[in-house]
Amino acid sequence: MTDKFISIEGISKRYPGASGATTTVFENLWLSMARGEFCCVIGHSGCGKTTVLNILAGLDAPSEGVVIVDGQAISGTSLDRAVIFQSHALLPWRTVLGNVAYAVSSKWRKWDRAKVKAHAQTFIDLVGLTGSEHKRPSELSGGMKQRVGIARALSITPKMMLMDEPFSALDALTRGTLQDEVRRICLETGQTAFMITHDVDEAIYLADKIFLMTNGPGAVLAEVVENPLPRDRGRTDLHRHPLYYALRNHIIDFLVTRSKTFVAETPDHDPRSVPVIHIGKPGLTIASSGDEPRQAWIPGTNPGLSA
Amino acid sequence: MTTTSLRLRAGLVSIVLLAAFLGIWHLATRSAGPTTAMSPEYAKLMGLTATQGKSAMPGPLDVGAKLWEHLRRPFYDNGPNDKGLGIQLGYSIARVGMGYLLAVLVAIPLGFLIGMSPLLSKALDPFIQVLKPISPLAWMPLALYTIKDSSISAIFVIFICSIWPMLLNTVFGVASVRKEWINVARTLEVGTLRRAFTVILPAAAPTILTGMRISIGIAWLVIVAAEMLVGGTGIGYFVWNEWNNLSITNVIIAILLIGVVGMLLDQILARFTRMVTFPE
Ligand SMILES: Nc1ncnc2c1ncn2[C@@H]1O[C@H](COP(=O)(O)OP(=O)(O)O)[C@@H](O)[C@H]1O
Ligand SMILES: [Mg+2]
Repeated sequence: MTDKFISIEGISKRYPGASGATTTVFENLWLSMARGEFCCVIGHSGCGKTTVLNILAGLDAPSEGVVIVDGQAISGTSLDRAVIFQSHALLPWRTVLGNVAYAVSSKWRKWDRAKVKAHAQTFIDLVGLTGSEHKRPSELSGGMKQRVGIARALSITPKMMLMDEPFSALDALTRGTLQDEVRRICLETGQTAFMITHDVDEAIYLADKIFLMTNGPGAVLAEVVENPLPRDRGRTDLHRHPLYYALRNHIIDFLVTRSKTFVAETPDHDPRSVPVIHIGKPGLTIASSGDEPRQAWIPGTNPGLSA
Repeated sequence: MTTTSLRLRAGLVSIVLLAAFLGIWHLATRSAGPTTAMSPEYAKLMGLTATQGKSAMPGPLDVGAKLWEHLRRPFYDNGPNDKGLGIQLGYSIARVGMGYLLAVLVAIPLGFLIGMSPLLSKALDPFIQVLKPISPLAWMPLALYTIKDSSISAIFVIFICSIWPMLLNTVFGVASVRKEWINVARTLEVGTLRRAFTVILPAAAPTILTGMRISIGIAWLVIVAAEMLVGGTGIGYFVWNEWNNLSITNVIIAILLIGVVGMLLDQILARFTRMVTFPE
């Protein structure tokens, strides 16, 4: 993978702790994402996922290290990097249209009212909220609010989307629908997406790459799991794919046991070249050498045969 | 039970309570006390209280009749000591309005600055802590001495008493705007000034308006006392003047009107507060 659209290079985050000591949330973290890639981060609460996302967004600054987006080190927030907040963060005094229009008029300050409105309306239609433009957030269901959040993020046509557990507060049905929509929109617009999730199936459905983080404090990025599922996967027949269970089991094993023990068991872990895990048979993928990350192979298992 | 029936019943209870209060008041003031024999001249001096055993406290009917008289001619002006109640209330409302408006103009921008700057917030805190608990009337002599105009001094006293709740609520409202809303503005690269007007102001508005509502209540409490001190015009002066005239009826009417005007002022601010409050 030569195209590093986003490259996080050796960032760390420390907070002054009690009695002069410092708490290190994570340290020397490296990861990269290609243009148009959908990446999910999975890890237990408190391992620093939100902190990484906030640093990527420019809302927070790393204690050390840099983030390079499109060849430029970032400093602060940018209209190129849209954030979808976990708690939707809609402005309650503005209508649906007003919330989206606020983002649009922030990006294109010279546009007149009509143009802003028309542009905002396009994105409200895109997320299926046509007819609710003039409702206030308090009149919307949780799913609709998050749709507005998505419309607001997309309306500024960002280069990448950052999502912090965007669907965790929603019921399963709404979550499914919104996952479909986010996936469709990201594929259609070629968005690069970075999403934090707690939901393993959500990660499997959406992600091209899954980042697994160990427990904090002192969390590390343990593995990058390549999603073996085809790009045109469907949410309903996901589990029929021969590699689905192998992938799922690998992630769950990591969350249940290895996320705690990884740091102690892997003293030679090199944060600069995190192992890339390919689920499936080694012969199916061409392994590269040199400064490329180490490769690891997990055999695909038939769920009917494994215990 | 539906809310309408609850309201209806509450209204009924209110009316019953009012009727009971007026009835007891009527009975209590009507009853004749013992009269003592006295010389006619002395009796004249003592008035009806002594001669006919009539209570010095006017009954609801006396007050009602007098109130009707006032309401029919609210704006008459027969010289400095005899003006219609409308005029007196007008003076008080104008003073409160001016002092209050000045306080709004100072407290809200200042509160914004303090709320947005942790440095200013810390630096000004000791001053605010000391100034806030000072009774507004304690400023009166200083105001009279420096300003040398009793009417402006009263306005100054209103200004100084209404500034604190507004200032503190603005600081608090501005400083406690939800971080996510600020982050929304930051990710959209909204400049400081635009952020202040499009995010912080609307987010802090309910808290600011609550402070303004507390302030108007205090200002209305204080104006009566201030006008008693400075004299001349206003409902506070009217109360004091009628006390000197021993017209308890007028004092009661003034008390009633002070209450009604205070309630109206409060309701206006309450309505504004509702207008800027949006549930999430
Ligand atoms: N302002 C702060 N001061 C001290 N510690 C903090 C602060 N913000 C976050 N942390 C710590 O950083 C760690 C990572 O937080 P976060 O990124 O929110 O984790 P996650 O999103 O993975 O649950 C947590 O253990 C939290 O206690
Ligand atoms: Mg988090």
